[in-house]
Amino acid sequence: MKLEDFNIELKPLPGAMPVWRGRADAGQWRAVCQQVRDDGGRLVALWGSDGSDRGEGYAVHAALAVPSGLIVATLPLAGESFPDVSDIFSCANRMQRAVCDLFGVRAEGAADQRKWLRHAAWPADVFPLRKDFKDDSDLRVQSSSNHEIRTTINQRRTTINERRAAIDDPRITNHDPRPVDDYPFVQVGGEGVHEIPVGPVHAGTIEPGHFRFSIVGEGVLRLEERLGYKHKGIEKRFEQMTLVEGARLAGRVSGDSTVAYAWAYAMAVEAVTGITPPPRALWLRALLLERERVGQHLWDLGFLGNDAGFGFGLAQFSRLREDSLRTSNALFGHRYLMDTIVPGGVARDIDSDGIAGIRREIDAVGTTVSTLREIYVNHAGLQDRFVDCGRIRQDQAARLGLTGLAGRASGIGSDLRVQIPPAPYDRLGVNLVVRTGGDVAARATVRVDEIVESLRLIGAILDGLPGGDIAISVPVAPENAFGIGWVEGWRGEVLIALETGANNRIRRLHPHDPSWQNWPLLERAVLGNIVPDFPLINKSFNLSYSGQDL
Amino acid sequence: MYQTLKLILTTGIKTEAPPQADDSLRVARERLQSKILQYFAGALTIRHVDAGSCNGCELEINALGNPYYNLEGLGIKFVASPRHADMLLVTGPVSRHMEVALKRTYDATPEPKLVVALGDCGCTGGIFGESYASCGRVSNVIPVDVAVPGCPPTPFAIMQGILTAISTRKG
Repeated sequence: MKLEDFNIELKPLPGAMPVWRGRADAGQWRAVCQQVRDDGGRLVALWGSDGSDRGEGYAVHAALAVPSGLIVATLPLAGESFPDVSDIFSCANRMQRAVCDLFGVRAEGAADQRKWLRHAAWPADVFPLRKDFKDDSDLRVQSSSNHEIRTTINQRRTTINERRAAIDDPRITNHDPRPVDDYPFVQVGGEGVHEIPVGPVHAGTIEPGHFRFSIVGEGVLRLEERLGYKHKGIEKRFEQMTLVEGARLAGRVSGDSTVAYAWAYAMAVEAVTGITPPPRALWLRALLLERERVGQHLWDLGFLGNDAGFGFGLAQFSRLREDSLRTSNALFGHRYLMDTIVPGGVARDIDSDGIAGIRREIDAVGTTVSTLREIYVNHAGLQDRFVDCGRIRQDQAARLGLTGLAGRASGIGSDLRVQIPPAPYDRLGVNLVVRTGGDVAARATVRVDEIVESLRLIGAILDGLPGGDIAISVPVAPENAFGIGWVEGWRGEVLIALETGANNRIRRLHPHDPSWQNWPLLERAVLGNIVPDFPLINKSFNLSYSGQDL
Repeated sequence: MYQTLKLILTTGIKTEAPPQADDSLRVARERLQSKILQYFAGALTIRHVDAGSCNGCELEINALGNPYYNLEGLGIKFVASPRHADMLLVTGPVSRHMEVALKRTYDATPEPKLVVALGDCGCTGGIFGESYASCGRVSNVIPVDVAVPGCPPTPFAIMQGILTAISTRKG
């Protein structure tokens, strides 16, 4: 499809990625989404904004990926509703509900109108991302001393004990006097069906979220996720920051993808200020992004072994990972490379010793990973757990919009580094890794193959690393500028949509994690599996809670 | 099987020496008698609660299990329920949506118990601060014995915090 075929006027935006922006009316909004969908494109993100402080109303925005780049459609709203597109892109469901929780603008006609990010922290008629929202003391907790906390805890314990004593009383359904999140889960009826509620505090060291299983015996009939526990007001926090300060926060939207977010943020800032970082900085960014990918994949492969009872796998993969973290710390000053990518370039350079050290490391990792791959493949017990477990078929993945690494394990061959490569990937030539199995085994194999490819890329980056500066200074951004950052992180595509305010401040920023798209597919993947396989399936997706809860 | 054994043997033992306790990490005076702490020092069980972190601290907590740190070798292990735990290891600014869950987890942990707050966010609220959605530091919500700064704190620093909580003050 050509850009002229769209019924809205699209203008190219400056920046490292090919992005066009256009204004749509309510009818065009759905038509554009449908056109992109029919052409095999995808919804990357959907978010809201409030223009009331400058005499405008609310607006919703959709970032739509097409073969030649990204289309950002903006629908200015006269009232407090917009046309639903969740029938076109099913992943829009939760994004639209989040827009409603945060702005009070509703997707008209959407089948699912339940709250999503809001639990009990703020009332249903308060909308934190509206410009007139006052973050006042009613909603804040006052800092209190340990002594005061202990006193209130003792009082609460007395209350709880009294309630426990009266637990036979059928009127008592909630043993805690504080407000709770009364979320209307879909209930499954029928003889022998029962529910297992899991979380938000899980059994392992992972992020909090709630999973509601409806089961018969051990078989899963339905899984429903309840996320939003980690909502800590990231988008509002951005609006209190300058473009300089925002870089640090962007790197902490989802700590495991700090490089991808930092790069996307830098890309957006560079787009609105009209600068291009020096070539060496871009090559070093790619080096950092591939190191993050290798590190996370090593980690996940270890845990996949561990969750299937093969502790040896975790010990081996996690020592490789630790070696790599230590190298990162020695070369770039941070084990996870936080704050290494900054708007304008990168914060640290490497010298010839550093390059030699990375070369030694990629050789060592490459050799051990190939041995471990053979051990995993030939381990009957492991393959018994991996194969056919948590399957998303290719047609489901295409219909429901599975993306990123999990998508590539279900035959969806999408990777920004391959299809719309920003510099220096256009020079490197990334080989697409894709599998069609769609099960835990396929997601493990994609990780192994991507490690091998990333190690090759790291070698190529070190070979071709241009000389010169590693950063340029960033000028003050004009007011009301709009910029996009779009980066293929290890989990999938990370998007930053940035709108500037006066005095180099952030007026609105939406960070988008690919987990938004993939969480609903996890609900599908576990159907027909047994409850004890859930941890393995969940780990094979390894989605971000923090990145989607914001 | 041959390959597995060969890799185990060629890898060798990677475990390094653990750190010493550091009194400067203490937030509160020792609440537990030294006698109890001595019991903990032999076999400590920890329940981790992510109360709203960016997931950075979780990466480092998980790294504690890798062969270099080998936390279990010190008799310290992570357990699946607060009912089994002597210590809560809490990360993040406490999101308001996790406030109730964190308090309930604290209530569910049997006395005597210890709390270690982890990371800049756990210590001060960090970059997220206090807002409509965030309660800020962990000690705004439950009592804290030891707080370990860092973004994220290294596995070494986390171990040091844990060991400080179960040690008695020097001098």
